[in-house]
Amino acid sequence: MNPQNATTSSPPLPRTARLRTSDLIGVGLLGLRGRPLRAILSGLGIAIGIAAMVAVLGVGAASQAQLLDKIASLGTNLLTVEPGQNLVGQNPPLPDEAVGMIKRIGPIHSATATGTVKGATVRRTDKIDPRESQGIEVAAARLDLLDTLGGKLAGGTWLNQATARYPTTVLGATTARLLGAEPGQQVFISGQWFTVVGVLKPLDLAPEINTSALVGWDVATGRLGFDGHPTRVYTRSVDESVDAVRAVLARTANPKDPSGVKVSRPSDALTAQLAAKNTFNSLLIGLGAVSLLVGGVGVANTMIISVLERRQEIGLRRALGARRRQILLQFLTEAVALSVLGGMAGAAIGLAVVTAYATYQGWPVVVPATAIAGGVTASMAIGAIAGLYPAMRAGQLPPTEALAVA
Amino acid sequence: MTEALAVIELDRVTKSFPGGVRALHEASLRIWPDELTAIVGPSGSGKSTMLQLMGTLDRPTSGTVRVLGHDVAELDDVQLSAVRANWIGFVFQQFYLTAHLTAVQNVANGLFYHGIARKKRLREAATALERVGLGHRLGHRPQQLSGGERQRVAIARALVARPAIVLADEPTGALDSRSGDTIIELLHELHSEGTTITVITHDNGIAAAFDRQVEILDGEIRSDSSTRVGVV
Repeated sequence: MNPQNATTSSPPLPRTARLRTSDLIGVGLLGLRGRPLRAILSGLGIAIGIAAMVAVLGVGAASQAQLLDKIASLGTNLLTVEPGQNLVGQNPPLPDEAVGMIKRIGPIHSATATGTVKGATVRRTDKIDPRESQGIEVAAARLDLLDTLGGKLAGGTWLNQATARYPTTVLGATTARLLGAEPGQQVFISGQWFTVVGVLKPLDLAPEINTSALVGWDVATGRLGFDGHPTRVYTRSVDESVDAVRAVLARTANPKDPSGVKVSRPSDALTAQLAAKNTFNSLLIGLGAVSLLVGGVGVANTMIISVLERRQEIGLRRALGARRRQILLQFLTEAVALSVLGGMAGAAIGLAVVTAYATYQGWPVVVPATAIAGGVTASMAIGAIAGLYPAMRAGQLPPTEALAVA
Repeated sequence: MTEALAVIELDRVTKSFPGGVRALHEASLRIWPDELTAIVGPSGSGKSTMLQLMGTLDRPTSGTVRVLGHDVAELDDVQLSAVRANWIGFVFQQFYLTAHLTAVQNVANGLFYHGIARKKRLREAATALERVGLGHRLGHRPQQLSGGERQRVAIARALVARPAIVLADEPTGALDSRSGDTIIELLHELHSEGTTITVITHDNGIAAAFDRQVEILDGEIRSDSSTRVGVV
């Protein structure tokens, strides 16, 4: 020790300076510019992972939006009532007055029915073998059926008070296709010629109508030997009361034997489809996550090589006054920048895929904002995790490296 | 009682490396302000180790290193980094310039860890480049410059923070003799303007032209031409 001059005339230690955020980001990006091709390739790993996730979530969201639109337009307030198996294994028919009783339930605003004409067949002409029914059912229809189902005509007219009393029929979409019949032509139903007055568009909530030939109630009883029992009742009720209506529907339709009534909600099938899409999504997101993980390993690998190659740069920076922590932050910033740039590129690619696919399918384009934000955040986290170990190694490197002449 | 304060003081400094290699043994040396010193010795003599210790890039196994009176052993990484940033400028044999940065940007890196704004760093860098005679090459990248010019850029980077001392490790080692001569000339010029410079070299010819020569061999100081203060 030499206290005489060490303590009396020494200048104070120079102040320690922090690295500005802008400088830190600048130096992180500078490192990537040094080896652009390698940066692009390792960023690509992250980009592919993020693109896959954004695309999967975006396409899923678009198809869901499309399905939700469909459910919304069809409504979820349609309930159907049909004879079911009762406790002793019989199928009791619905009473004739079922529709009238159901209409008296408060929240129901419309109720209508069809009745299957047992044994009736429909053929294009009388020359065709009656056994070739092609699964087409002949059903008696109430005049308000079309309104209750929200059905649309592909051509012709719906049954009215007049036509319902004469041998006329309205064909479901599938029936018309199978028979090759158009409005104005005649079809052969159980030994009699019926004039086709209309053809329906496909009904999503009542697929059984698609494969039916509908005739007026009176014609069915008068000419085709229909027993008059409704076989399926369709009801529309106030949205909030659907569950309440469902609870009392069986008892109202057949008070004598409520257990022999089957009540169902056709929109449940679409809702189930929606749920099925969600499970499929999580599988694909899992795959996206795996490719992200692989991308992260790529970034870690690139950074480790980078630290090994740039020992002299690290030594130089230490000689210029960088502290361990500043070197660590520099390499960490570089890893995060690499990963986030990859993530943003991936989000852009994914979005392009979603837009193109949804447009091609005619679905509404939904920007998967959560997926994009989540993807970029995830890439940031992956960059930080992947870069931490290499950055720590860089920070711990002794500063004598730059002076060690190769 | 000494009037002046040594810029760098080595007091019986020994440096051993794992495996029992002793690079420096009981070396004592004081570098005074405004000195132009050559530390000369053949390769493997321990002169590079000495420069690393003087530049606070490494710590001694035993003995004391002081920079402007501050004992290096008492300073932590953050304080030592500030000492290097503000008081010591380094010049290396291989220049260590960043290839995709311009001359002025490379020089500005000498102020990167000082907490000052980029614009001011670039202004100071331009001034430093003018000082080494490269005011007309601010926007050139290293590959557009000759070897001598590159080393001038590196010297400007060492000067830009106005350090108390510039430590140069074989500054002419990677240059042809003509460029080397101009670099030595520049160092003499900077010295005459008041910069304290210590050069490490194996070349006795270069050392001979310096004010003070410290000869080192096998990790020990063999001779010191300074008459001012020898061993502590």
